[in-house]
Amino acid sequence: MDHPPSRAAFLHCDRTRALFPTLLALCCLAVFAGSWHLAQIQPGLLLQADSRQNMARFIAGMFPPDLSRDFLRLLVGPLVETIQISVMGTVLAIAVGLPLGLVGTASLTLTGILNEFELAGAPARRLARALPYACARGLLSVFRCVPEFVWAFMFVRAVGLGPLPGVLAIGVSYGGMLGKVYSEILENQGMRGCEALQATGATRWKVLWYGLVPQALPQLVSYTLYRWECAVRASAILGFVGAGGLGQQIELSMRMFNFHEVVTLVLLLFLLVAAVDFLSGKVRKGIV
Amino acid sequence: MWAAIAGLIAWSWRGTRFDLVGLLSADGAGQMLAYVRKLFPPDLSADFLGKVVYWSLETFAISLMGTLFSVAIALLPVFPASRTLAVSGLLFERDESGRPLRALRIGCFLGARAALNLLRTVPHIVWALLFVFAVGLGPFPGVLALGLHTGGVLGKLFAEVVEDIETQPLEALQATGASRLQIFVYGILPRVAPQLLAYSLYRWEVNIREAVILGYVGAGGLGQQIQIAISLFLEQKLLTLILAIYLMVTLVDYLSACLRRRLL
Repeated sequence: MDHPPSRAAFLHCDRTRALFPTLLALCCLAVFAGSWHLAQIQPGLLLQADSRQNMARFIAGMFPPDLSRDFLRLLVGPLVETIQISVMGTVLAIAVGLPLGLVGTASLTLTGILNEFELAGAPARRLARALPYACARGLLSVFRCVPEFVWAFMFVRAVGLGPLPGVLAIGVSYGGMLGKVYSEILENQGMRGCEALQATGATRWKVLWYGLVPQALPQLVSYTLYRWECAVRASAILGFVGAGGLGQQIELSMRMFNFHEVVTLVLLLFLLVAAVDFLSGKVRKGIV
Repeated sequence: MWAAIAGLIAWSWRGTRFDLVGLLSADGAGQMLAYVRKLFPPDLSADFLGKVVYWSLETFAISLMGTLFSVAIALLPVFPASRTLAVSGLLFERDESGRPLRALRIGCFLGARAALNLLRTVPHIVWALLFVFAVGLGPFPGVLALGLHTGGVLGKLFAEVVEDIETQPLEALQATGASRLQIFVYGILPRVAPQLLAYSLYRWEVNIREAVILGYVGAGGLGQQIQIAISLFLEQKLLTLILAIYLMVTLVDYLSACLRRRLL
């Protein structure tokens, strides 16, 4: 026989439910306070006389920007190098990310309609497929989660100064990002067409090439172009650790306290990024 | 078009002296392998691990506070920086305010946009150098740098989100006599809040990586230690630090994905 739940039980239930948000809020507050403390946030510091003076000096030193012909001519080389590093880095990133991303696409290699029949009741074969899948995913995550800056640092040590470590750093870390996003894009495509292809006896490559790629191409291209835009920004920064490009000049000007040169460099970087945005927009429209 | 792309790639290939054969040859690969071999085994002594935990928390704190700061910066000008709220559109159809007031509003709009552009254009590492110069070494300049740069990025995104919502419900609110502030609080905020939150969380994931970079110019945390470890050839410590970065980044990605799923 069912008894209606007592009022006390109701209240208890309500109370635990009300407790959870409170706890969560307390946790958030604790994290906030802890972070505030750890990050040594002292807004008062900004208002102190000498830090105000320092900032004023910095800002006064920025004007007028250095637009002398000599300096501008000096920048042509690094500017070109920055573009080249970003392009080559993106190409390398595709070369790294595409194969790993394909192996890491579960709907292609492991689960879903395409693999149901092949893998049902064949644990050995399932393992043989799952292992490369897990390896590809793990590798992509390592590539991606170590920032490109750190990669560049290490490549400078491993292969020396110059544009090459910049290319390798962007290639590896952006390869990780591209691979992950490629596999996500491919996994989100409808698989019915692919199943129809498979039913006609198409191999996996053909299913990929004729079934998946045509569907996903606009998204793949669009994301790759977006990454190229990011790569331009990144390659300008990587110069800080000696990986060529504009960053090296920014660092030099900073260390020499030539802030009027820094302004020119930042302006140049802005123009470059705007130009690349424009260009990649054009390409996107042309392809998609 | 394809020819142009191929040309661009070929030009870059030559320009960066990218040498695939040299890289994969016994010499090039050997050099890299030798470096990798030096990284092992990672330094896992309890003493060092304790410090690594502290630095990791510091990096986490920088990224979190920087992101919160940037959200505050981005929210401030969201009103004047949104075209539909400040300048034109359905809300202004029956606008009877005089010329000077209109000019003032357009001025505010342009000013807010220009300020956001400025914040965004200056790379965070340059901001960091400025603040290291002003307030000295430590995580605080890192927080300020992250906050300003990301504030510019988020500000633009926030304004775009606000511009993209339908204006009809807002007009209905306006017709009831709601002030602009009330329209914002009751008509706009509830609808854009999830998206703003999603963007902020996404930027947090980016910022944990950036926080590492900022360490290079003296803004504390793991980045600074990595710079030290690389400069002093402490490769085994370097590997531990890289593992810590990997964990932190994965943790923040996971946290942000969780929060997004719960809150949206």
